Amino acid sequence: MAKDALLDYDKAIELYEPVLGFEVHVELNTKTKMFCGCANAFGQGANTNTCPTCLGLPGGLPQVNRKAVESSIRLGLALGCEIAENCRFARKQYFYPDLAKNFQTSQYDEPIAFEGSVTIELESGREVTVAIERAHMEEDAGKLTHIGGATGRIQGADHSLVDFNRGGVPLVEIVTKIIEGAEADAPEVGRAYVGAIRDIVRSLGVSNARMEEGNIRCDANVSLRPRGTTKLGTRTETKNVNSLRSVERAVRYEIQRQAAILEAGGTITQETRHWHEDTGSTSAGRPKSDADDYRYFPEPDLVPLAPSRDWVEELRATLPEPPAARRARLREAWGFTKLEFQDVVNGELLDAVEATIAAGATPADARKWWTGELTRIANTRGVAADTLVAPIDVAQLSALIANGELTDRLARQVLEGVIAGEGSPAEVVEKRGLKVVSDDGALIAAIDEALSAQPDVLAKIQDGKVQAAGAVIGAVMKAMKGQADAARVRELILERAGQ
Amino acid sequence: MTELIRLTAAELADKLAAGEVSSVEATQAHLDRIAAVDGDVRSFLHVSADALATASAIDARRAAGEKLGPLAGVPIAIKDVLATKDMPSTAGSKILEGWLPPYDATVVAKLRDADLVPLGKTNMDEFAMGSSTEHSAYGPTHNPWDLTRTPGGSGGGSSAAVSAFEAPLALGSDTGGSIRQPAAVTGSVGVKPTYGGVSRYGAIALASSLDQVGPVSRTVLDAGLLHDVIAGHDPLDSTSLGDVWPSMAAAARAGASGEALRGLKVGVVRELSGQDSSAQNGGFQAGVKQRFDETVAALTAAGVEVVEVTAPSFEYAVAAYYLILPAEASSNLARMDSVRFGLRVRPEGGPATIERVMSTTRDAGFGAEVKRRIILGTYALSAGYYDAYYGSAQKVRTLIQRDFAAAFASVDVLISPAAPTTAFPLGSLVDDPLAMYLNDVTTIPANLAGIPGMAIPMGLAPEDGLPVGLQLLAPAHEDARLYTVGAAIETLLTDAWGHSLLSQAPALKEAVK
Amino acid sequence: MSEISADLVRHLAGLARIDLSEAEVESLTGELAQIVESIAKVSEVATPEVVATSHPIPLSNVFREDEVRPSLTVEQALSGAPEREGDRFKVAAILDEEQ
Ligand SMILES: [Mg+2]
Ligand SMILES: [Zn+2]
Repeated sequence: MAKDALLDYDKAIELYEPVLGFEVHVELNTKTKMFCGCANAFGQGANTNTCPTCLGLPGGLPQVNRKAVESSIRLGLALGCEIAENCRFARKQYFYPDLAKNFQTSQYDEPIAFEGSVTIELESGREVTVAIERAHMEEDAGKLTHIGGATGRIQGADHSLVDFNRGGVPLVEIVTKIIEGAEADAPEVGRAYVGAIRDIVRSLGVSNARMEEGNIRCDANVSLRPRGTTKLGTRTETKNVNSLRSVERAVRYEIQRQAAILEAGGTITQETRHWHEDTGSTSAGRPKSDADDYRYFPEPDLVPLAPSRDWVEELRATLPEPPAARRARLREAWGFTKLEFQDVVNGELLDAVEATIAAGATPADARKWWTGELTRIANTRGVAADTLVAPIDVAQLSALIANGELTDRLARQVLEGVIAGEGSPAEVVEKRGLKVVSDDGALIAAIDEALSAQPDVLAKIQDGKVQAAGAVIGAVMKAMKGQADAARVRELILERAGQ
Repeated sequence: MTELIRLTAAELADKLAAGEVSSVEATQAHLDRIAAVDGDVRSFLHVSADALATASAIDARRAAGEKLGPLAGVPIAIKDVLATKDMPSTAGSKILEGWLPPYDATVVAKLRDADLVPLGKTNMDEFAMGSSTEHSAYGPTHNPWDLTRTPGGSGGGSSAAVSAFEAPLALGSDTGGSIRQPAAVTGSVGVKPTYGGVSRYGAIALASSLDQVGPVSRTVLDAGLLHDVIAGHDPLDSTSLGDVWPSMAAAARAGASGEALRGLKVGVVRELSGQDSSAQNGGFQAGVKQRFDETVAALTAAGVEVVEVTAPSFEYAVAAYYLILPAEASSNLARMDSVRFGLRVRPEGGPATIERVMSTTRDAGFGAEVKRRIILGTYALSAGYYDAYYGSAQKVRTLIQRDFAAAFASVDVLISPAAPTTAFPLGSLVDDPLAMYLNDVTTIPANLAGIPGMAIPMGLAPEDGLPVGLQLLAPAHEDARLYTVGAAIETLLTDAWGHSLLSQAPALKEAVK
Repeated sequence: MSEISADLVRHLAGLARIDLSEAEVESLTGELAQIVESIAKVSEVATPEVVATSHPIPLSNVFREDEVRPSLTVEQALSGAPEREGDRFKVAAILDEEQ
């Protein structure tokens, strides 16, 4: 694809005001699909979870999943939305081979939730409130695989294959109002907003919320308007931007690309664009045209939904503490610096650290182990740190150090044992015999041997060059296989050297 | 055993229960009849190969002393709009030619559970779009009373099968009269239950908010027996009603006593009775009006209080219907796309992209009437027209419901001719969509309002000697009232005639075997 | 109400994914104009104060509990497929972008 001209970002912002909008699709983790009893599950054989309804066979009819509606209402409430007293499903009609019925059962003019807002905090500490226009229920489409053609993409493919296991999986689509005033922070606002949505659905437990698995998909709308003007510019919609970092990059890219076109006196075409992770660029997709006539009408196979106010209040009572509030509370309680806390949050270790502290570790120790050693090991193994050991193990480990039974060095070996499944830290200490040697007799023997092996060093110490003891400490620790308290060893050396 | 085929379902069921005949004998008799006359009538698109095996299994269980349902062992014909696991289900369309569903419609499953014996699938207008069965992709069905005429539609196959004694019972579906109008023009009985009374799951949808599955038979009691088998809540159909339904068969038996007519208040719907034969009301045939007036007289003589009621908004019913139906149908038929089932036709020249394969398949697989209604429905729903068309039509539904509510406030049931004319000649209306549409003027309002309706024979038109049907309408949920009153009127008329109407039907020449 | 033109019919046929022949477009244009004329009168009585009826018998809040029911077998699911590759439905190359 032809390379786009890009205007320098700062220049672009100086000349134009970016206006944003986001559509985020959240896949719910209900047991069954939105409109049929087929399992909502992945990683199984193609077309194993289908029935006349989700396969769009003649005669198939939909039935609404109560749990999916419940999750949608809870999500709506968590977004500060009103919950409709009456709403309906509607058919969004277009032909596409992954859409079994060739219409998507969605909601149109009567969404289940509307008029909410999400407040996000940027790195700079700046707070931005994003207004939510609506959150509505709909169903996912099946999965297409494009065969032949180099890219595995739709272009140039010889034919395509369809698996309908994902067809009919419940989605909530969250649509923001236009976001003005983000200014130079626009890309970060995008990332932070989608991150906030992810944290919210995760805290509610209504979705697996793994962006890399497509549980959360973001379409980013970007338009620019010249400084001092009020009319909205023509927008582009960049589809399926599926990581927080990509959201930030895609918004930034579109701002620079559109600015370059406008600067050159060109005009923006209203179109959907595709994000390419590899090149970090977007490419033109389907132009929006008046041919997009979805012919929405109320789904005649489903009856209206009228969530009782009692039900809504029951669900409101089940809402967890909002993630942002929780973070503020914990940071305060643990006394971490902004950066220390960011480490924990970025590592997605909030729960692990909280549990470790609850199990008796000091906040400092908990943070040190999780963001330090454990994260290092996790990275080398390409797994999540919180899958390596249980918070209670980390708490035990720091306890053993605190009461001098382990040195940091020994503790790292114990940790390996725990990760290897050899048992709790205490058990590993037993099995591997990694206790610190506090019996002076054994130490003195080793010290005398080391001193006699290095008479020159002994002489230095006796001349008062105390720091020379370091060489001997090393030898002794080696002899003790590290199972000694270095401080105690030092004392004894000076003692034996007659200092 | 040709006598077996002339029995009503109730009579046959009694003989089966008494062990006087076996289900195998009864089934064989009907298969023989089909073999003999269906070459002329063409009621069936498919005749089951398993019917006899099913029948003998039922006989065996009965012989073993198992307690079976009231219709156990009775053969039945099934409209091809219903999904059947073991028989092709095409809805009369080429686009579904040979499609074997991997599942049974709920009503079909209920038939099997009640041990009825499916004989086969009956012909219909493609996707139930039509009033003559001439729009079937597999050729028209012929009216047993006069093979040069249509058996009505869309369920002409089921009404012809029952009136040609190929089956004592049949299932139909009624979206704007597809059970009642065919019953009327073939001298049989047909019932459209209250919307939601019978499950639509597995019924290939025409218009979701109008479709209802219902019984077709030769007597009101038989219809009631079948209604009792298929009615009831189905969790797979979200529009299915939770009502606990009284026995329709019991309601029919109660009516047959005749007592039911005394003190009954019946309303004649002015707009549905040819009182003014303006265009939108359809030209009511003289003989139809005559038999209707005689029936009204007979009812009055029997102590029924008959009053005229008017329903002004019915004038807009056909128009509203021909907006709502195409709109919903255009959407329901979108799934016929050559991807997961059914026909696939590749385009002649140029690249065979999926888009072109879909369009080519849908052009080749759909008949003219289906395309006409899909385009009309697409228009009615398209941007800028929704409010004026679909939206307005939905408002007309409200007005029609108000008219019915007002009428039922003063009468127990409403009556009208079930169709404005007797069976019309094959080919006479097929190229005149509007005239064909107007043939449903009497039946459409009930579908728009969701109320139950029944058609029973009320004589032969003097000018052509063809059956004329009477339509009865009751308030929603009051299906049982139709059976009581319908059976009472049936008794009143047949007693007057001294025989059942269908015994008048010309003997179809039996092909020599 | 709008005039039914051949272009409109072509546009509608595109939305409905039906590859109408020119002859079909021509005949449909005429028939549709006639039908639309005869049914357009619904707007006469559809005054603002009249509420629309989408379902003849009003119901609301009809739910299915979130419990897995048996699905079709893969063979059942694919039994009607015009073409399959492995356990998936096979279709010709796709031209349009996703919606
Ligand atoms: Mg959507
Ligand atoms: Zn399913």
